[in-house]
Amino acid sequence: MVKKDLEKVDQASELNLSRRNVLGAGALVAGAGIIGSQMIDPIAGIAHAAGSDAPIKIGFQAHRTGIGALYGRWYERTTNAAVKHINSIGGIAGRPVEIITEDDGTDPKRGADVVEKLATQHKVDFVFGTLFSHVVMGSAPRAGELKIPYFVVSEGYHVASGALNRYVFQPCITDVRAQISAVSGWMFNNLGKNVTIIYPDYAFGYNHRDYASAAAEKHGGKIVAKIAIPPTESSYTRYFVKIPKNTDVIYHVMVGPGVLTFVRELGEHFGPNHPQLFGFIDSLEGVNISSPGLDFLDGSHFWEAMPRYASAADSAGSRFYRNAVGVDNSGASKSDSKDIAAYSHMFGCWETLFAIKEAVEQSGYKSKKDYATLIETMEGFTGFNEGIAHPQGAKAFSGKTHQCYGQQFVSKVGNGKLNVVHKTSIADGMYEPETDYTKQSL
Amino acid sequence: MSSWINENGPLLFLALLDGTVTAFVLALIALGLSLVFGVMRIVNIAHGEFFMLGAVFSWFAFDLTDDPLWGFLLALVLAPALVGGIAVFSDRFILRKIKYHPESTIVATIGLLYVIQSLTLIVFGPEARAVEAPLYFRIQFPWFGYSGYKLIVAGMSALGLLGVWLLMIRSKLGLYMRATQQDLEIAKTYGVPTKKIYAAVFALGGGLAALAGVLVVPIRQADHLMGLEPLLLSFIVVIIGGLGSIRGTIVAAFIIGISDGIISVFYEPTLAKMLATLFVAMVLVLKPSGLYGEEVA
Repeated sequence: MVKKDLEKVDQASELNLSRRNVLGAGALVAGAGIIGSQMIDPIAGIAHAAGSDAPIKIGFQAHRTGIGALYGRWYERTTNAAVKHINSIGGIAGRPVEIITEDDGTDPKRGADVVEKLATQHKVDFVFGTLFSHVVMGSAPRAGELKIPYFVVSEGYHVASGALNRYVFQPCITDVRAQISAVSGWMFNNLGKNVTIIYPDYAFGYNHRDYASAAAEKHGGKIVAKIAIPPTESSYTRYFVKIPKNTDVIYHVMVGPGVLTFVRELGEHFGPNHPQLFGFIDSLEGVNISSPGLDFLDGSHFWEAMPRYASAADSAGSRFYRNAVGVDNSGASKSDSKDIAAYSHMFGCWETLFAIKEAVEQSGYKSKKDYATLIETMEGFTGFNEGIAHPQGAKAFSGKTHQCYGQQFVSKVGNGKLNVVHKTSIADGMYEPETDYTKQSL
Repeated sequence: MSSWINENGPLLFLALLDGTVTAFVLALIALGLSLVFGVMRIVNIAHGEFFMLGAVFSWFAFDLTDDPLWGFLLALVLAPALVGGIAVFSDRFILRKIKYHPESTIVATIGLLYVIQSLTLIVFGPEARAVEAPLYFRIQFPWFGYSGYKLIVAGMSALGLLGVWLLMIRSKLGLYMRATQQDLEIAKTYGVPTKKIYAAVFALGGGLAALAGVLVVPIRQADHLMGLEPLLLSFIVVIIGGLGSIRGTIVAAFIIGISDGIISVFYEPTLAKMLATLFVAMVLVLKPSGLYGEEVA
């Protein structure tokens, strides 16, 4: 009896509490609404004063935290710089661009939630910016279900392979398959035939494993060992003992918080008498090449999508871009020489925003009801010209695979910097399309 | 047999070398967890975060001095002290308030874990940041090279372990700690200031984890999520060794460290983690008190 009374009291107090909470929350929401509308008004005012419509809202799915945080930081800086420039030249179709950023924690599950939040709560026009391939794989199906165009800057072969859907585009960064096809011929012919490949143990790494093996067959080389390392690993020596003695070239690509340790332990393990090293710059993205313990890299080679160190060969567009994103001639932030850029990846954000601009302007896109026209317009693109909008270089684009193909670089480490020794043509990386997204319904 | 040694000898040597380094560091971290459990009878889920804080403070010291050696020496002194201070604060204002109740402390230290992790994320940022080693050199063996600094880490961890051992058997504080561990009520009766002992033990546990963080950070990098792996490994070590037993903790750290090295080198690193977890399960089933633990009533 007493117990029942107590329960009643409990229920009553819970009810009171929840009522109070609801009231409080209501007041907060109302207050936020007032503040919010005051904050938004001036922006809308500017837009109207310029005689244009409301802003085009682009949702930016950023790796602010998690294993992709380094890339996320630079993707965000590049995106902000691009938007600043686009707005200064009249926005997209006369409308200002507004970026709404959400952190996905470099986590596929959160990635799908972020796509949903951007689409349904922030009501953005497009979602853009995802890098890590497992996050793209986790998020793209949700974008397809919500029927919202999703522009990724990820490198993975997942877009061109046909694994995703018609709403997903990768218009401005070459996929891994094309990168490997473009540079591996140079590696097999110049560095050696017996190659051990070390790669991260997830989707992106498997692209490297599979297409490097395919390239080996084509160029008369041989993959003598395939060593997968989890991207969260922190100690690497034990993996290096698995490198066979007959290895001519170590082909390495690593991502995650431990990349510096990875490269340094590689040096500690082999010392000066190491096999030839051919790395994808991912293994050193954001890392100063003259860090202690990295001197063994002298004379080794790296793939770069966009040369980190400025040179006389850079185009005017490339120089404009480097300045706009706040990077100095050695690839570090202008405001902090210790902060090294993810220079071979972040240009993809800049260029993708210009590709979106071109698609919106050509298709006459006004609102979400024009998605079909916008997608069909982009599928009609055949490429982009080099310039301020595409500083990495000209690109071919396939409407069937939703994927672009650009030039690649091989750089050699010397005098504490990366010097370009070989530049591929766009055609070097191209392959027969394995899918045709245009056949899917919208 | 001799051909096997010719072929696999260098691998075995590397496995033992790498395993020994792992074992010393692991022993240092796990010892902190074990002491806290032994004396205070609580499970500190935030123990890995103390390790992370040591690494993060080390980065700040390096950034402040801009010199690897001075930064390292500064961190070596300050990081364990600061983390010890945080531990004393947590003991006074969280653990003592909930009267060290076993279930409540688990929940409270989970909360502490998230608070420390999130504050670090806000102040330090999400990136992994490199700290240069105070001494950088490479040792060339006939078959492969190895980081000289890793051997220094093992050596300094061994000194840390020795220090705790001496503290426990030679000092008055150690005597009080052992008395409190054996019987709290009798220790109180004999005038042992148990509240202060609790705070000291929690600070010592946190300080040991922070010391390990300072030592390890030049061979990996500091990031706000690095506390999870050492926490799990420490639990494995402490359960196998027997909760609260110093000797058990050190023996178990070597079993796990060396087997991790050997299995990783000859098979797969992931398999090493799987087998360690399986081993814990077997210990829990066959000898719940661990190798050197007191018998559980």
